[in-house]
Amino acid sequence: MKAENAIELRNISKRFGKVVANDHINLSVRSGEILAILGENGSGKTTLMNMISGIYYPDEGQIFVHGEEVTIRSPKDAFPLGIGMIHQHFKLVDVLTAAENIVLGLSGPTRLDITAVATRISKLAAKYGFDIDPFKKIYEMSVSEKQTVEIVKMLYRGANILILDEPTAVLTPQETDALFAVLRNMRDAGKAIIIITHKLNEVLALSDRVAVLRRGKYVGAVQTADATVESLTEMMVGSKVTLDIDRPDPVDPQVRLVMKDVTCVDPEGVITLNHASFTAYGGEILGIAGVAGSGQKELLESIAGLTPKESGEIEYYPPNSETMDITGLSAVEISRLGIKLSFVPEDRLGMGLVGAMDMTDNMMIRSYRKGGFFWADRRAPKTLAEHIIGTLEIVTPGVSTPVGKLSGGNVQKVLVGREIASAPTVLMVAYPVRGLDINSAYTIYSLLNVQKMRGVAVLCVGEDLDVLLALCDRILVLCGGRVTGVVDARTATKEQIGLMMTQSGKGGER
Amino acid sequence: MARNIHGVHEPLFHISKRQESSLLLAIGVRLVAILLALVVCGVVIVGLTGLNPVEVYAGIIDGAVGSSRRLWVTIRDALALLLVAVAITPAFKMRFWNVGGEGQVLIGATATAAVMINLGDKVPAPVLFALMIGASLLAGMVWGLIPALFKAGWNTNETLFTLMMNYVATQLVSFCIVFWENPAGSNSVGIINSSSKAGWLPPLFGLTYGWNLVIVVAITAFIYVYLRYSKQGYEIAYVGQSVNTARYAGINVKTVIIRTMAISGALCGLAGFILVSGAGHTISTTLAGGRGFTAIVVAWLSKLNTFTMMIVSFLLTFMAKGAIQIASQFSLNENASEIITGIILFFVLGCEFFINYKVEFRHRHREG
Repeated sequence: MKAENAIELRNISKRFGKVVANDHINLSVRSGEILAILGENGSGKTTLMNMISGIYYPDEGQIFVHGEEVTIRSPKDAFPLGIGMIHQHFKLVDVLTAAENIVLGLSGPTRLDITAVATRISKLAAKYGFDIDPFKKIYEMSVSEKQTVEIVKMLYRGANILILDEPTAVLTPQETDALFAVLRNMRDAGKAIIIITHKLNEVLALSDRVAVLRRGKYVGAVQTADATVESLTEMMVGSKVTLDIDRPDPVDPQVRLVMKDVTCVDPEGVITLNHASFTAYGGEILGIAGVAGSGQKELLESIAGLTPKESGEIEYYPPNSETMDITGLSAVEISRLGIKLSFVPEDRLGMGLVGAMDMTDNMMIRSYRKGGFFWADRRAPKTLAEHIIGTLEIVTPGVSTPVGKLSGGNVQKVLVGREIASAPTVLMVAYPVRGLDINSAYTIYSLLNVQKMRGVAVLCVGEDLDVLLALCDRILVLCGGRVTGVVDARTATKEQIGLMMTQSGKGGER
Repeated sequence: MARNIHGVHEPLFHISKRQESSLLLAIGVRLVAILLALVVCGVVIVGLTGLNPVEVYAGIIDGAVGSSRRLWVTIRDALALLLVAVAITPAFKMRFWNVGGEGQVLIGATATAAVMINLGDKVPAPVLFALMIGASLLAGMVWGLIPALFKAGWNTNETLFTLMMNYVATQLVSFCIVFWENPAGSNSVGIINSSSKAGWLPPLFGLTYGWNLVIVVAITAFIYVYLRYSKQGYEIAYVGQSVNTARYAGINVKTVIIRTMAISGALCGLAGFILVSGAGHTISTTLAGGRGFTAIVVAWLSKLNTFTMMIVSFLLTFMAKGAIQIASQFSLNENASEIITGIILFFVLGCEFFINYKVEFRHRHREG
């Protein structure tokens, strides 16, 4: 053993009710090592890390830090042990500066010397290669800058075991590279780093060793140098899977939807969509790429009639009939015109579905208006629910189980199933495979392809550029609410799109 | 700090959410809670008064249902409480925290009394009742609509708003009493139309409170169907579960808020009508008697199921009536009886925690 174990877990188990989130897991990380924890959603990665950082308490098992057994009851216990976790959702105070956030909650002399703090921060930044302005307020920062503040906060507090939960989910390819460079510097300085992810390419690019979890169980660990995308996928899923996404050629694409110069402003007066224009064709999948919060949500919602538009026009070209102007229409008015526009929003259980309600009631979100004046028709939605369970192979105890109790993949199948049941002519999906296991993700891709071949105009907002490049026909890139370009997905490269994602359309930055 | 002398310390217990709840468990926990409550009440009774708790419990039962008259008074009061609980249910299903039931009842009662006093002997009975019911519905509706309009328009906090509307209603009643005083100088309204009985709900099927029963049960059944099977019921449920989903479904959230509060307020107003025309035949600032608040307890204890509310409101009224009896029978302070109701409620409400969560204690033995 060349270095001592910075942290070691022995036989750690955690149950939530009957669900075993972690089942006797053994894991160790050495100082000066980057360990990637790989697993599909729901495999117990985050639960395990939360036990190290004191958010959960294990039901069974022991934790050793630098060879000594410890009890971590709360994050307060984790700090003195040098354990720092960077969560997916940042825990920063918006109106304070970076330096103020970093010292917040630390004890020290009564009089706070913020310049001394800033000097220390700058030293840390220089040492590891961060780019940080200690006096910048959090609300003026981009997502990647906020993440930097979170990491520096942990280092400032003396963390030498760093846990990062899906740190790249919100970053552009370029920002990801910068983060990886910093993490490598930290490793070389002797820190132990654990990174949770499900992106295989990143695992291979960054880590020294990979530990794989599957359904709460520890599958094994391999040296990254000995691993390939295929071997890791097999460990993650438990069986061989083909990773190629089908992309049939579009048949007779026709103009279906035209957005002209649309601008949206949110209630706070921030421009969320800035003179956006594009054309979507029936029979093709149009991908929409961009850093999170670049106007993707507003783009889809303005078409669906859920977000008011400041200016601009939206035209709908039905198959074989007159063009319709749907600019100022609400969702209900659009559906009254007989336009079959389906929308799978990003927030599945907060917008597309109601978690506490059963499948029938969730089908009724779209259909409850049908029928007479007083009574809501419950029979047709129930039949539809049963039909979707059958055709999409949804795993559920029955139609009367609340959808919130289903797994992420099944929730998404319920939502997509409902949306395609109306035989749409335009199908909008936002982050359709986020949080889904690999098999469910491929089911969703093939459902989108079926719709495409039916002649539907599919708009797909995505975050994984590799997937967008493999699935879509064309990709529209958003940056700060502006459309910075539309590229052919068959010829474009990731770097090209990455540049368009950051090409700052001045203003509109959140 | 974390590394203490003995090295490892597990917390004494930790709490986790139950993944699925079984009906048997839910019933069992509640039964245990009621038994525990009775035992604790017994200890408190013996400790404070030295009385035999069994006799005290017998006194409670005697006070609530000991005679036909007592039984019917308990039923009458339970019905009034039930109607208020049913009335506020659509609002709560929408997650609109209507704590203004008290004021809505009071204003409905005031409108009823105004019609009775001013038109009691001037119009035929059917017209009089129609006017009384209409006035009570309208007044309650207005009282419910005001906070709803502000909520829909400017997103004001409905809890504070509805609460403050209660005080306005109370002041309004005080103001009206000045004009309706009878006899003069008593600072009270007295029994309205005590000789002509105009505007008094007549007996039905030979039952003094027959009409109360029919009206309240009919509304209870209607609201049950309305919330579960009607389109508007679904709209209310979607708005209550998630405003974003409602928006996504194309529901006009503002319209639903306004419409639902109009219904909720109007039905509270009708409860005011029942209290004046079908029970007390008078009006005072304390007429609502905290029902607007107790109704919230009834509604949530019943998980917004209007049929369960029948049982819960009867039980709560039963306890209240029994309490009055033991207060006089054993010459206890009236508050002593409220202590018993308080203890029982504490256990019944508290046991919900154990239905939803489980507590795991530290494992006794450790290996090695």
